[in-house]
Amino acid sequence: MAVIASIHVFINHAFAVGAYPIVTLMEYRGWKKGDGAWDELAYKVTFALFVVTTTLGALTGVGIWFSAALIAPFGIGSLLRVFFWGWFIEWIVFISEVILIMIYFLSWKRMSASGRKRAHIGIGVILSVFSWLTMAIIVGILGFMMGSGRWPETQSLFSAFFNPIYLPQLAFRTAFAMGVAGLCVWFLIFFFTSKGSGLRHGSVRYVSRWMLVWIIPFVAASVWYWKVVPAAMAANIDVALVTQRFTQWHETLAIIMFCAIGALILVAGAGALKPKLLTSILLFVPLLLGLWLLGHFERVREFVRKPYVIADYMYSNGVRVSELPVLQRDGVLTHATYVNNHTVTSGNQIGAGRDVFVVTCSRCHTTTGINSVVTKFRNLYGEQPWDKNAMGAFIHTMHTSRTFMPPFPGNDKEADALVAYLKQLQVDHEFILAAQNSWTVKPAEVTGATGGP
Amino acid sequence: MFAGLTGKIISVLAQAPVPRDLDLPLPIPAADLKILLVITFLAHILFVNLMVGSSVLTVIFEVIGLSSPRYDALAKRIAHTITVNKSLAVVLGVGPLLCISLVYTIHFYSANALTGYAWISVIPLVILAFLAAYLHKYTWDKWTGRYKRMHVGVGLTAAVLFLCIPLIFLSNINLMLFPQQWVEVKGFFSSLRVGNVFPRLFHFLAASIAVTGLFLAGWFGRKSYPLGDNLPEFNHSKLRRLFYRVAFYVTLAQLFFGPLLLFTLPAEGVTGTLLWLILTGAAIAIAFLYLLSREIQADDHAIGNKYVWTVIVFTLVVVAMGTGRHLYRESSLSAHMKLIEDRSDTFHAVELATHMRIDAGLGVGDALGGGPTGESVFRNCAACHAVDRVLAAPSLIEIQSIYKGNPDGIIEWAKAPGKKRPEFAPMPAFAHLDDERLRLVADYMLSATASPDKDEASSEHN
Repeated sequence: MAVIASIHVFINHAFAVGAYPIVTLMEYRGWKKGDGAWDELAYKVTFALFVVTTTLGALTGVGIWFSAALIAPFGIGSLLRVFFWGWFIEWIVFISEVILIMIYFLSWKRMSASGRKRAHIGIGVILSVFSWLTMAIIVGILGFMMGSGRWPETQSLFSAFFNPIYLPQLAFRTAFAMGVAGLCVWFLIFFFTSKGSGLRHGSVRYVSRWMLVWIIPFVAASVWYWKVVPAAMAANIDVALVTQRFTQWHETLAIIMFCAIGALILVAGAGALKPKLLTSILLFVPLLLGLWLLGHFERVREFVRKPYVIADYMYSNGVRVSELPVLQRDGVLTHATYVNNHTVTSGNQIGAGRDVFVVTCSRCHTTTGINSVVTKFRNLYGEQPWDKNAMGAFIHTMHTSRTFMPPFPGNDKEADALVAYLKQLQVDHEFILAAQNSWTVKPAEVTGATGGP
Repeated sequence: MFAGLTGKIISVLAQAPVPRDLDLPLPIPAADLKILLVITFLAHILFVNLMVGSSVLTVIFEVIGLSSPRYDALAKRIAHTITVNKSLAVVLGVGPLLCISLVYTIHFYSANALTGYAWISVIPLVILAFLAAYLHKYTWDKWTGRYKRMHVGVGLTAAVLFLCIPLIFLSNINLMLFPQQWVEVKGFFSSLRVGNVFPRLFHFLAASIAVTGLFLAGWFGRKSYPLGDNLPEFNHSKLRRLFYRVAFYVTLAQLFFGPLLLFTLPAEGVTGTLLWLILTGAAIAIAFLYLLSREIQADDHAIGNKYVWTVIVFTLVVVAMGTGRHLYRESSLSAHMKLIEDRSDTFHAVELATHMRIDAGLGVGDALGGGPTGESVFRNCAACHAVDRVLAAPSLIEIQSIYKGNPDGIIEWAKAPGKKRPEFAPMPAFAHLDDERLRLVADYMLSATASPDKDEASSEHN
């Protein structure tokens, strides 16, 4: 999921949203100046964009759906019900975008030869607008997952969409996309032009100016976004719960934003003034910083969301806020579908605890693999045999001390069973993958993935 | 016959897990979503057919072209049609994916989860297939001579990938229909044993080639296609006849694959209406074959006059079969959907009743909520602090020695803790517990003594 999402987010920002406006501008310049070499360069860059956006770009977008269906089926299923029309419109815009990409690239030579250059540039402009629209819609949905605004009261698409964080996030992503796209086009220019040629210097200078133009919006949007995030969080959770870890991340974000902007100014400035100085290796510095910024940005976004998958409505383990008291009273196993034990008895503690683990924890934690519970408890209690009373206390109150954790959605007996199972794990490591993959261990538990606990 | 089946369905469903549905209403009525699903799916599958069929035909004609060069030129022109069709296949697929995830949430996502790795591998496989198709298209005039074999190999790779991907989709679409077998399924390969995946795959592949044949008959047969530049050794009528033949023979083969698919369908979902619909579709398919044979036999001037009719009749076949496919899904899932609905409603009622108790101040049920006590609030601390032992933080005995007579000191610290000791992780802030609770817990901490119960815990620890 993380890999697919990162590739998609990067391609979508750098190639689709930011780069099509640049090649359209380059085509326009070539046409205005009657410079065939510029047109040819713009065409070659577009070919690269075409290949990347119609394969990696389009498919990783679809891939986010595929993986979300595996990782958070109840989360994505619920989001689909809330955002049906948003996603439906997104789909129509997506179809238009892909069709425009194909028309723009595939008709380039034919339209240029038949003297319809102006119309072709027009297609480029429309394509640029649609690429941006696709992002504008999806940001509404992402922003909603961070802070649901007034959605819990109104349950309407409109209020969910225009949540408090929508505009700053869109501004940040737009400016970022435009800036980083400059780097990518720049990189492609190096690939398609020969060293020391006038064409390379001219086009590098041109792209550098484009990037410089976007620096000020980028700085402004960064500051705006950076300032809005904690307030949006406060709207979800008690201010006092904003933990040290968030504060730390928030500070790091500021540092990375500062470095990325600084590097961008340096490189773009150098490119605009002295394009001869630049080599392709130098470009990697701001490109990597940009990637780091984007990665960090998405991580903070993920973190801010916790402990919810949909703010105030559903926790990250798929338990709804409203069903929590029922599960805590009756027991999560009582109402579960894919478990071997529906009640905890003195004889089935370990087995029932394992069921509790699969249903309530395994959406995010493995036993001994990535983000493993064994490691978490070892960090807390060390190598000595863990104290069962302390663990029980931790499980019941972890959401107050670890505010990114959802509350334990089971009753006391189930907490005891979970502790018994975890204590056994400390001695006898049994590997359980996250719920969506656990058919490799036990088929009956698998589709706990789908029905909610 | 069908009365007996109903009894069988109920006994079969007894083995099926019954999860609860999501607790949110559908955004638009289920019936509308289902109509939307069938329409968007047919649009999607049309381009999937063209993508798969063209990549197969490209390879076949390129191989023929090794000994007869004009077919190499033809293969190249077929390959050019893939670029647009394959992208439309992907983007048009999002709509039906959206619809099916909404109307059949539980069934579709369960099937996805059960075939986990295979399901997610659709993404890299499609990316690879697309890249291979681009490579194949854009190296056609460069990889010639001794590189020609390599070029054919790239085309073959794309075609094979395009053939594998539908199998993964079919395994999911098929598996979602049989909840009674979910418990036995362990991943993608075992899911292939459920229902009748392979007859469906054969039927789909044959349909893909038939659709592509009919499309290419129109594509190359139209007068506006610039044969002179691209395919100088062919004329419009000849190409049209060639691809009519492809469509004809493959559709003829469907007279075998179609019944094979129908008779291997698990009987639970086969209803009278469905049978009538399928038979009607088959009758129209025979009319289609007749029309095609007339077109093939027509002379060069007249061929193509009935092209529009062949497309219309073929569309009718597709709509009949597509609707039949949907009816089968509906009838095999209806009983299970009802069980899910009942279970969801029951749980929803329990949830509402619980919230009414809470709102009335009665607590959730079993344990009536009393006010907070020092001991109850201390549960927030007990994960790390014990009376006379070090868990993940200093013991209460040690804390008592520091804060004796100073509960306010504890409250201050708990609201904004720092990090004093290198051996422990920093304590999280507890400002969200109000002052009353913090005072209760501070007093409790300063007065707590080791109880026999705690001694027991510590002896286990030792």
